[in-house]
Amino acid sequence: MADLAIGRESSEFKRGLQAGISIGIGYFPIALTFGLLAKTSGLSIYETVLMSLIVFAGASQYISLSLIAYGTGIFEIILTTFIVNIRHFLMSTSLNEKCEEDHLINKLVYSFGITDETFSVVATKEGKATTGFMFGVISVSYFSWVVCSGVGHLIGASLPQTLQESMGVALYAMFIGLLVPSMKRSAKVIFLALLGAVFNSIFTIGHVMAQGWAIVTATLLASMIIEIAEVIKTRYRGVNHED
Amino acid sequence: MKTEIVWMIIGMGLVTYIPRMLPFVLFKGKELPPFIQGVLKNVPYATLGALIFPAILFIQKGDVWYGVLGAAAAFIAAFLGANVIVVVLGSITVLALYSYLM
Repeated sequence: MADLAIGRESSEFKRGLQAGISIGIGYFPIALTFGLLAKTSGLSIYETVLMSLIVFAGASQYISLSLIAYGTGIFEIILTTFIVNIRHFLMSTSLNEKCEEDHLINKLVYSFGITDETFSVVATKEGKATTGFMFGVISVSYFSWVVCSGVGHLIGASLPQTLQESMGVALYAMFIGLLVPSMKRSAKVIFLALLGAVFNSIFTIGHVMAQGWAIVTATLLASMIIEIAEVIKTRYRGVNHED
Repeated sequence: MKTEIVWMIIGMGLVTYIPRMLPFVLFKGKELPPFIQGVLKNVPYATLGALIFPAILFIQKGDVWYGVLGAAAAFIAAFLGANVIVVVLGSITVLALYSYLM
């Protein structure tokens, strides 16, 4: 029995690794550039790798570099990081419903690895997400992020410009690749994605709020509006049915 | 390593980890109201929409069409049923060819 359980966990872990490969590819150019920029911002290779090891959140790491270059104080940098990353609270709340029951310790460990990308891969997976799957997806992503940050600092140069630019599309292409199959199955998904995109574009392009809040607010608004529409629709049908 | 930078990194790590971890502690084994559960099930798709737009339009400074082309390539590949990795590599290839030819 124990063997069976271990076998299942390891195959789930492997499936997680496979599902995480596109994140690993997508992180490659971003982490490489982060390493390079960290070097030009005056961080040592140890500080660069330490930041990727401990923070593991791309956008906020980039922002911290430009704040360091501006000479911004530590407290303000930490506060900005908090605001930029607050969206993960919403993602973890959503994943808490999706992940299988397990010891809290396991969840405390794998929750460290919840990024926009790992969240997207896990959340669009069919059925429950097992602990093994979570660890698989997160391992590839974390490994790629940390190692490529160091490599970027070490070689001190980015990829040839055309390749760098074209690889910049990788994570967005992954998001599209994860979204489209669900869009084909359900009109609700199409509306959710459209509303999320429209709200976020208005908030970001119109400079209505900082980017960290824009994604959270757009997501919550879209998810609530569609859910309310769904509730009204089912009630209306219910009333009609009784007539 | 400069101590100041190390403290900054530890602080950044803490404020990033807490929002990631807290929901698993707060809502462990709790049954949320059905409406909230419904909203949370919607979150992934709304997030994906918001993560893609408008950011994909700005992947190359000054050329919105670069992003549009990348998005279109990914969308078509995904719509035809391609695996996510194929979607990613296909989209990169299309843009690399575009830059090469332009």
